[in-house]
This record gives sequence, C-alpha cells and structure tokens, in this order.
Amino acid sequence: MDSFAMVFTIFVLAAFIGFEVIAKVPPTLHTPLMSGSNAISGIILIGAILSAGAQYTWLTAGLGFIAIVLATINVVGGFMVTNRMLEMFKRKD
Amino acid sequence: MSPGLVNIAYLIAASLFIFGLKGLTHPRTAVRGNRLGALGMLLAIVITLLDQSIVGYGIILAGIVVGGGIGAVLAVRIKMTDMPQLVALFNGFGGFASVLVAGAALLEVAVLKGTLGSIAINAQFSISTFASGLIGAITFWGSLVAFGKLQGLTNDGSVRYPGDQIVKVVLVIAILIFGYMMVIYPDSSIPYWLMVIVASVLGILFVIPIGGADMPVVVALLNSFSGLAAAAAGFILVNSVLIVAGTLVGASGIILTIVMCKAMNRSLVNVLFGTFTVTEGGPPADEVYGGKVKSTSPEEVAMLLEGAKRVCIVPGYGMAVAQAQHAVRELFDLLEGHGTTVEFGVHPVAGRMPGHMNVLLAEADIPYERLKDMDEINPSFKQVDVTIVIGANDVVNPVARTDPDSPIAGMPILDVDYSKIVVIIKRSLSPGFAGIPNPLFAADNTLMLFGDGKKMVEGIVKSIKEELG
Repeated sequence: MDSFAMVFTIFVLAAFIGFEVIAKVPPTLHTPLMSGSNAISGIILIGAILSAGAQYTWLTAGLGFIAIVLATINVVGGFMVTNRMLEMFKRKD
Repeated sequence: MSPGLVNIAYLIAASLFIFGLKGLTHPRTAVRGNRLGALGMLLAIVITLLDQSIVGYGIILAGIVVGGGIGAVLAVRIKMTDMPQLVALFNGFGGFASVLVAGAALLEVAVLKGTLGSIAINAQFSISTFASGLIGAITFWGSLVAFGKLQGLTNDGSVRYPGDQIVKVVLVIAILIFGYMMVIYPDSSIPYWLMVIVASVLGILFVIPIGGADMPVVVALLNSFSGLAAAAAGFILVNSVLIVAGTLVGASGIILTIVMCKAMNRSLVNVLFGTFTVTEGGPPADEVYGGKVKSTSPEEVAMLLEGAKRVCIVPGYGMAVAQAQHAVRELFDLLEGHGTTVEFGVHPVAGRMPGHMNVLLAEADIPYERLKDMDEINPSFKQVDVTIVIGANDVVNPVARTDPDSPIAGMPILDVDYSKIVVIIKRSLSPGFAGIPNPLFAADNTLMLFGDGKKMVEGIVKSIKEELG
C-alpha cells in the first residue's frame, strides 16, 4: 500500500470511531466534550516540536517556537479546564 | 528509538484518546476519561522529544513552559460563565499552530531540496499543506471574532453588508488559485502565505454575520476545524497520531454542529450563509401583548411555589448573564427541603455553546440527574405545577409550533406553556434573537417577573424563607 492510501485509511477509520464514540456523549457533557476534544486537537504540538527541534533554519525554529507556545496553551489549558468542569459534575456525597 | 517503536507508542497514545473520549459518555467516568486523554498526550509528546531529528531542546522547553503557564492560568482563573469564550480562544490557538507547522514544513522542504526525512514533495504534501494552512487560518481568525463577540468586545449581533456572499466567493477563488500555485511551485512558500492571508480574511468574514444565539453552531464547527487542521498536518508529516487525534476532534465537532442545527430546525448552510432576517409578516408586539401581560412580584411567586408539588426551572442565556446559577441553587435546596420535586429543562441551544447551561448548573452543585434534556422533559410539562423560565425566550416560544410562517417555525421548543403556571423572569418584553414577540408572555397561565435574574430569584428565596421561618 502506498503511503497516501495508508494515511488515508487511518483517517477514514478514525472518523468512523470518532462518530461512533462521540454520538453517545449526553448533552449534559457537551461543553466538557468540546473543551476536552479541543485539548486533544492540541496534538499539533508534536508537529510543532519537530519543527522547532530540528532547527533547519532560524525561521523554521521561530515558527516552531510560536506553534509550541500556542499548542501548549491549547493542551494544558484544555485538559485543565475540562478537569475543573468535570469535577463539578461529580456527585458530592 | 526506532521508527517502529515510535509508531507503537503513537498507537497507544491514539488509543488513550479514544478511551478518553469514551469516558466522556457518562458523568461518572468523565474525569477519568479526560485524564486518560491527557496521559495519551503526555506519551505522544515524550516520544516525539526522543526523535533523532531534534537537535536543540532549549527552544522546545521554553515554548512549553510559556504556553503551559499561560494555559494553566487561563484554565484556573476563567469563570464558568465565560467558558464559551475560552473554548473559542483555545480552538483558535490550535488552528494557528497548524498554520505555522505547515508553513515550517514547507520551508524545511525548500531547504532540504526535495526530502524532509522520509517525506517527499508530491501532490499529497502540497495539498495537505494547503488544507492545514487554509483550515487553520479560518479557525484562528474565525475563533478570534467569535471570542470578541462572546466577550462583548465587538457587536454580538449579526453584521451584514450588501454583496457579502460575492466577496466570500471571490476570496474562495483566490484561495484556490494560490492552492494551484502551491502544487505547481511546491518548494516556494510565497503562494502558501498569500493563501493564509486570504483565508484569514475569509475566516473573519465567515463569523462576522453570525449572531449571538447562533454561536453554539459556530463554536462547535470551529472546534471541528481545529481538529481537521491538525489531521491535515498529520498528512504532511505522515504522522499517525496527528491524523487519528485530529480526526477524532473533527468528528466530535461535526456531531455537535449537527445536534445544534437540529435543535434550531435549520440547516448548517442556513446558519452560516442564510439571511435570518426579522419577518415583517408576523403580528406586531403591541397586538400580541396589548393589555394581556400580567406582572407579578417575588412574594407572589414564593406563595405559588409553596403550594407546588412539582416545579421545573428552564434556564437560558439570561441566567448566565445575570450569574444567577447560585441563587437558583439556593431556591432548589429550599424547595427540595420543602418536599417539592424540582427539575431543570435544558434546551440544546440555550446559552452560547453546546451544554453551556449544564456546566453553570453543575458549578452551582445541582445534581446532574435533575438536568433533563428537551425530549425527556417535554412530555411531563402537563404535570408541572409551576415552571420558572429564567432569561430564555425563543426556545420557549410556542409560535414555533403554531405559526408555519414564523422565522422559528418547526424549531423544537420546551413546551413550558403546558404547565399549570409559567413564571417568566426577564428584564423586559424585548424580543429574543429571532426578533419576534412571544405570545407565551401574554398567555392566561403566564406571570411575568420583570427584573434581573439573580435579584429576582434571591427575592423569591427570601420570601419563602420568611413564610416558612
């Protein structure tokens, strides 16, 4: 299988899994779902790390650095704020 | 580390994301689910740091410390009522990171003359760079406009100008031309950045016409875009975890977008490009309300509530604006202590993002079992003695059921008018987002309690305490 067919297969299968799993999330949890999935989209951080770390030119390193800052805000902020929200949904006995 | 091991680790990270999202299907497992997702992210980051192409760690560490600090401060300090803005902002940051990663990859390829590690310059590379930059730029600028509207920095209404659709079409054509140039000149960065600039303008113009009550759709859609931009970056770097994680988020955002559109009985195209204009044909406000609106006081509402066995509270965006959720909790406790059953009827598009009301009520410690969604609560309104509507309008407007010419015709609503008594807490008779009068306010079984949501609920609580005390 050539590389495009392979990555495209991964993409399509991931979409199916995503639709299956997320369709079951109840409306009560829609906001945490958004902020939590948003944190996951911060996965672009690893692309940023590769750009910044390889340091082919000062320009790519600079772009990578800014991308790391933005993506890390996304990741850390997203998971933390989701955790904060979900703690509120826990039953306080 | 060998590429094989790296890919296995990425597979584990991707699986953790899936288990994490699965955990979010129930409030009991949700906290753990979110932590599994965070663990997956940590694993993916650590593995990436071991990549042999990385020569300098200083800049990476600096970026993570700065970004992590800002993210943590935002996450800890944000008020729950401001959550829609924060989610919009985070979406935007993820989108812009994708723009930069794609731009950097393009530069690297130009420097390395043909190969970037194992990545060859081909149509896949050019097209996925194009997609990542395009979606990322629209996400970033669209999210900034959404943030401005939600934060009250810019006009929260729908801003339209003549020929707006034509301008958008011209921008799309320009984007396609630059995209074509990217494929023809694969190692030049110039067409890419020109495309990003045009896409940025498109992102701004795309959200500007969308008004406050349609925000849940936009926030959900931008959420989806931020994931798809990351997935496109995964196609550039041929990185499985980027593709899987980005696609999961893309799917999640699209599902939420569909749910929101259904809850308004409108198509996505209509929300994004439609002209939601105020119809001239409907009856004017004077005719609907004239002499029929009955105003009440907190004391009277307190008396009604004391006699009620079953109470339903319907929150809307007005509850968030008035920060009334803690006062509502006090009322809830008081009535429950008195032996009254209290439930909450939550419309899917109440507030400014999916699930907005649920988060506010959870913040005020209302047990989630008492939050009922529309399909669950609607059949029971006939048995409800008193329904209290706090700062909601269009989502309880019976015109949606009765008048096929109304702009909200066919929109599923909460059937509060079927309950024995309806109390509406609202500042005035001003129309909601749809711009039409609400005959519910003039109905025989409706009492209007005019005032600030928080003050009025506190007033009711005070009166009940005095009566019982």
